[in-house]
Amino acid sequence: MTATHTSRAAQRTAAPGAHGRRRPKTTSQRPNWLAGLMGWLWLAVVIIPIYWIVITSFKTQSNYYITNPLVPPSDPTLDNYRLVLDLDFPLYFLNSLLVAIGTVIPSVLFAFMAAYAIVRSAGASRFLRGVNSLFLMGLAIPLQATVIPVYLLIIKLHLYDSLTALILPSVAFAIPLSVLVLANFIRDVPKELFESMRMDGATEWKTLWGLAFPLTRPAVVTVSIYNALQVWNGFLLPLILTQSPDKRTLPLALAAFQGGPYGVNVPAVLASVVLTILPMLILYTVGRRQLLSGLTAGFGK
Amino acid sequence: MSAISARRTSSAAAHKARGGAVLPWLALPALLAFAAFALIPLIGVLLLSFTSWDTLGEIKLTGLESWRAVLSDPGLPHALWVTFLITALSWAVQTPASILIGVFLAGRQRYRELLAVLYFIPLLLSSAAIAITFKALLDPNFGLGAGLHIDLLNQDWLGTPSLAMGVVIFIVSWQFIPFHALLYQGGVRQIPRSLYEAAELDGAGRVRMFFNITLPQLKYTAITSSTLMVVGSLTFFDLIFVLTEGGPGDATRALALDMYKRGIQANLMGQACVIGVILVLVGLALALLLRRLGGRNPNASQLEGA
Repeated sequence: MTATHTSRAAQRTAAPGAHGRRRPKTTSQRPNWLAGLMGWLWLAVVIIPIYWIVITSFKTQSNYYITNPLVPPSDPTLDNYRLVLDLDFPLYFLNSLLVAIGTVIPSVLFAFMAAYAIVRSAGASRFLRGVNSLFLMGLAIPLQATVIPVYLLIIKLHLYDSLTALILPSVAFAIPLSVLVLANFIRDVPKELFESMRMDGATEWKTLWGLAFPLTRPAVVTVSIYNALQVWNGFLLPLILTQSPDKRTLPLALAAFQGGPYGVNVPAVLASVVLTILPMLILYTVGRRQLLSGLTAGFGK
Repeated sequence: MSAISARRTSSAAAHKARGGAVLPWLALPALLAFAAFALIPLIGVLLLSFTSWDTLGEIKLTGLESWRAVLSDPGLPHALWVTFLITALSWAVQTPASILIGVFLAGRQRYRELLAVLYFIPLLLSSAAIAITFKALLDPNFGLGAGLHIDLLNQDWLGTPSLAMGVVIFIVSWQFIPFHALLYQGGVRQIPRSLYEAAELDGAGRVRMFFNITLPQLKYTAITSSTLMVVGSLTFFDLIFVLTEGGPGDATRALALDMYKRGIQANLMGQACVIGVILVLVGLALALLLRRLGGRNPNASQLEGA
C-alpha cells in the first residue's frame, strides 16, 4: 500500500529529472536564421532518400527507369509488395521478431538487476565495483572484433545455424550499455523510497521489482527499444552464425534479395526495405518521447 | 554537506550489513551472460591468434605464424590506412555537424521538436537497407543523377576509389549524426542558464557565447560521443560489405572487412583473429586516450560517488 503511494510521489519528483533538468538557454530573443536554415537543410538531406524509397516502392519496374525519380508514381502499384511477401519475407520477419524478443527480454532484465545491485551497493561491494568496471570496459571495446571466437563457441555448443546462436551473443553485447543507462536512471530514484521499503521489511528482490522497476519505466522502454533496434538491424552475427536461407533475419534477407535474381527490380527491393522498417517505425512512434529523452539523459550525465 | 555524506555512508553501511549479501547475486545473470559471449571470446581472440584453424580441421597451435603472415602482408598497412581514414574523416564530419545540430535542437521551439523526430529516422534503418538504398540512388545509369539529369550528381560513385570513400563517409554521417546530435542536445540543455545570462550582460554576442560557453561546457559530451564514434567506426562492417564489398579494388577494405574476408571467406581463422586483436587494442587505446583528454571519466566518478 505504501509502495503505490510513495511511487506516485516519486514519479512526480523523478519526472522533471528526466526532462527539464536545467532550463533551456534563451540567449537572445532574436531568431537565429543561420541555425534555422541549417536545420531545414539537414532535414532535406535526411528526408529525400527516405521519401525516394517510399515513392519508388510503389512504382512499376518499367516506370522506374523512365520517370523522374523524385515524382510520385501517377498509377501507384502494390505489385512490389505482393512479390516480396510471396518470397519468404514473412518467414524472415518472424525470425527477426523471435531474435529481437529473445534478446531484448533477457538483456533488459539481467541488466536491470545488475544496475540495481551496482547502484544500491553504492560502491560498498568490491565484487560489484569490479563488475561495473568490466561493463564500462565493455563499452570501450569493439565487441564485433571477437566474432571468430563467438563462431567457434557456437559451433562447439552445436548451436550453429539456429536462432539461439544469434540470441546468446546479442544478449551479451547489449548488456554493458544497458547497465550504464539503467544505472543512471535508478540513481535518480530518491533514497528515501528505498529506505521506506526497507522499513516495511521488503526484501531487495521485492524492492527491485516493486519499486525501482516501475519507477524507471521510461529508462526500461528506452533501453528495450534501443536494444531491439540493434538486434533487428544486426548483420554480422546472422551472416557468420547462420547459413540456411530459412534462418535468415531481415537485413541478411535484404542483402541476399538485392544480390539475387530479383536485384535488378529496384522498386521490389525498396518495397522490402520499407517492410523491414515498418515495425521499428511503429515502435519508434509509440516510444519516441521516452527514447529521445531517455537517450539524452542516459548518456548525457 | 557533511550531514548528507554522513547519512550516505551510514545508509551504505547499514545496507551492507543487511541486504549487501544479496546484491552481488543480482548482478550474476548479467555477468555470466557477458562473460560467456563477450569476455571469453575476448580472451579467445587472443589465444586463437596463435593458432591455425580452417573451420573444418583441428585447431593447431602454431605460435606466431599467423602474426607473421598478417604483419608481413602488404594488405595490412592498407587496411589500417583505410580504417584510419574512415574513422578520422567520419569523426571530422560528424562532430561539428552534430554539435551544431545538437545546439539547434536544444532550443525549445515546437518545430525543432518535430525536426528532432524526423532526424532520428535514419537510425531506424539497418545498415544493409541503407547501403542498398544508396547503391540504387547513386547508380550511374538509373540513379538520382541520371534521372534528374544533374551531371554533378552523375558520377561513377562506387567505381572510383576516392569517390567510394567519400560515399562511405557521407552515408555514415547520414546514419549517425542524428544520434550524436541527440547526445549534444542533452549536453547543451544541462549548461547552466546563468552562464549565458552573465555573458549577455557583458554584451557578448551569439557567436562568442557559442565559442566561450557552449563549446567548453560540452567537453564531456564530446568525449562520450567521440568514444562511441571512434569505437563504432573501427568495426563498420555491414555498410561497406553491402555497399562496396571493400571495392573498387580494395579502396574501402577496412580492418573489420579484412577480418571477415580472411576468416569466413578464406578460412584463415588464425589470421582473422590477429586482425581481431589489433581491432580490440586500437579501440581500447583510442578510448583510453580520449578518457585522458577529458581529465577524468565523468561516468566513472559518477558511479563511484553513487
